[in-house]
Amino acid sequence: MAAATATPTAPAFAALAVGDVVAEREFPLTRDSLVRYAGASGDFNPIHYRDDVAASVGLPGVLAHGMLTMGLAVQPVVDWAGDPGRIADYQVRFTRPVVVDPEQGALVTVVAKIGQLDESATVARIDLTVKLGDDTVLGKAQVRVALG
Amino acid sequence: MPLNPELQGRVFPPTEPYLVGREKVREFARAVFARNPINLDPEAARAAGYDDVVAPPTFAVVVQEHTLAQLLADPDAGIDFSRVVHGDQRFTSTRPIVAGDLLTATLTVSSVKSLGAHSMVTAESSIVDETGAHVVTAISTLVIRGED
Repeated sequence: MAAATATPTAPAFAALAVGDVVAEREFPLTRDSLVRYAGASGDFNPIHYRDDVAASVGLPGVLAHGMLTMGLAVQPVVDWAGDPGRIADYQVRFTRPVVVDPEQGALVTVVAKIGQLDESATVARIDLTVKLGDDTVLGKAQVRVALG
Repeated sequence: MPLNPELQGRVFPPTEPYLVGREKVREFARAVFARNPINLDPEAARAAGYDDVVAPPTFAVVVQEHTLAQLLADPDAGIDFSRVVHGDQRFTSTRPIVAGDLLTATLTVSSVKSLGAHSMVTAESSIVDETGAHVVTAISTLVIRGED
């Protein structure tokens, strides 16, 4: 990797305030999304594409991969930050499964808000609210973005 | 088979080197709904100072997966894969993964805890490039549900 010399403009750190909503995005998931993620990631657990297998282990339906939900939920922050290389740290807790209906799919919504600003390091902690309908599906979803 | 309490502190052998391919990065980026040109377009990535397309923040899971497979396949660990639930996930990066990187991952079991009938295993996979320099550490907490 070469030194980043011409990275897209980062948000001006000094202009940020705790509580600001920096990004919002909706992600319509379908079964196709799950098959695509299975292939891309190599996670072929059949609970993510077979109704009979999901039912046999007591699940309410075919579930999105937790890592798919984690992977998409950070994208609004990547767009805001301008450069994916500015994401220094990203953590989530998987609190509730995302059931993806074969016909209706599932709509995951993400709101990204500034949770904390570290001025000496010019790092912004962005807190994500990730929901399926009214239910939060990721807990303690935090992204550290290096804006220096 | 019960979880082996002596698992804590165990370090597994490094995985076979993983060569990050440009089309794999693009495939993964599309699967997580990335739309930043630095993830998708080599020209945009070069203009931003990278040698090639930059992987999304959660791409490290593809490399980490090989280390988790070592842990789950080890009969001495005593982990029943059918009872494993992904609890938490975290990525702490020194720099982003870029197509062309040759990555090696080493898993350390950092903690083993019991919580009633359940067990929790935290596994830290340190991912380094071909020079041995740290790229990202992927940390998973796996919850192993107790016997019914």
